[in-house]
Amino acid sequence: MTAPTETPAAVSTAAESRRWLERLSGNSAGRDAAVAELHALLLKAARFEIDRRRASLSHLRGGDHEDLAQQSADDALVAVLAKLDQFRGESRFTTWAYKFALLEAAVKVRRRAWQGREVPLEEAAWSTLATATAWTGRGAEDAELFTVLREEIENGLSPRQREVLVAVALNDVPIDVLAERLGSTRGALYKSLHDARRKLRAALRERGFGLELDREEER
Amino acid sequence: MSDQAQKRQAVDALARVLGLEEPELSCEECFTQLDRYVELSLTSDRADREVPGMRAHLDGCPACAEDFRSLRDLVAAEQEGEE
Repeated sequence: MTAPTETPAAVSTAAESRRWLERLSGNSAGRDAAVAELHALLLKAARFEIDRRRASLSHLRGGDHEDLAQQSADDALVAVLAKLDQFRGESRFTTWAYKFALLEAAVKVRRRAWQGREVPLEEAAWSTLATATAWTGRGAEDAELFTVLREEIENGLSPRQREVLVAVALNDVPIDVLAERLGSTRGALYKSLHDARRKLRAALRERGFGLELDREEER
Repeated sequence: MSDQAQKRQAVDALARVLGLEEPELSCEECFTQLDRYVELSLTSDRADREVPGMRAHLDGCPACAEDFRSLRDLVAAEQEGEE
């Protein structure tokens, strides 16, 4: 029976998701066909992602893009089938499945784009920081803000926090590229970044700097 | 580059260094909630209310923000095709 608040569209979406789960589970007769259908959807998502990131892969040949898409779809299929019991029905099944293919493709593209590239040294970050602190409209505070921030980054953070903050926030190194090089995970590195930012905000506040940024909508 | 553009770039760069002063999801929680958040943001204005901490995380994590934009655009394109 349907809850009174559910719309016909939501009911139809839930039924479609249930059908996917039934067809993909156990030994149902149509499982092979359902797996093939799911792989086709994941491949579509992987191609979509690789297409929109084509600019960062300009050094690859045409066939390499398709290889990356196929690998991404294959890896996403394994992940989706292993996690079927984690699908909670809070979105369409296809939306839930797509995110695995997009993630696989995005990580592969970022790693491929950074293959053979050195992660920039800490020194390269100071000019970014200088630019950042020179144009915030704080007048005479700006030069002091740069000095204090650099001091706090160099002395107030743990080596891992400094490494992650400098690479990701100042040198634009993708976090999963950095995670691969440091033998860590995206989640663990983001926690270091989060802790570093919190420390810096606290240190700036303690030293009398206001933290209100006139930030424009980016998303 | 105009003064305005330089200022905007500077403010964004400083925001990347300092992050936001509000609770946010982890990368793992973000991935778990991403499909629901994307559908809510395409069909309602309740996404940020229903998934607290997501917006702050997307503002602070460039990789998760890219994943969000990709899934949103793919699902939106598919919905347009259904109409």
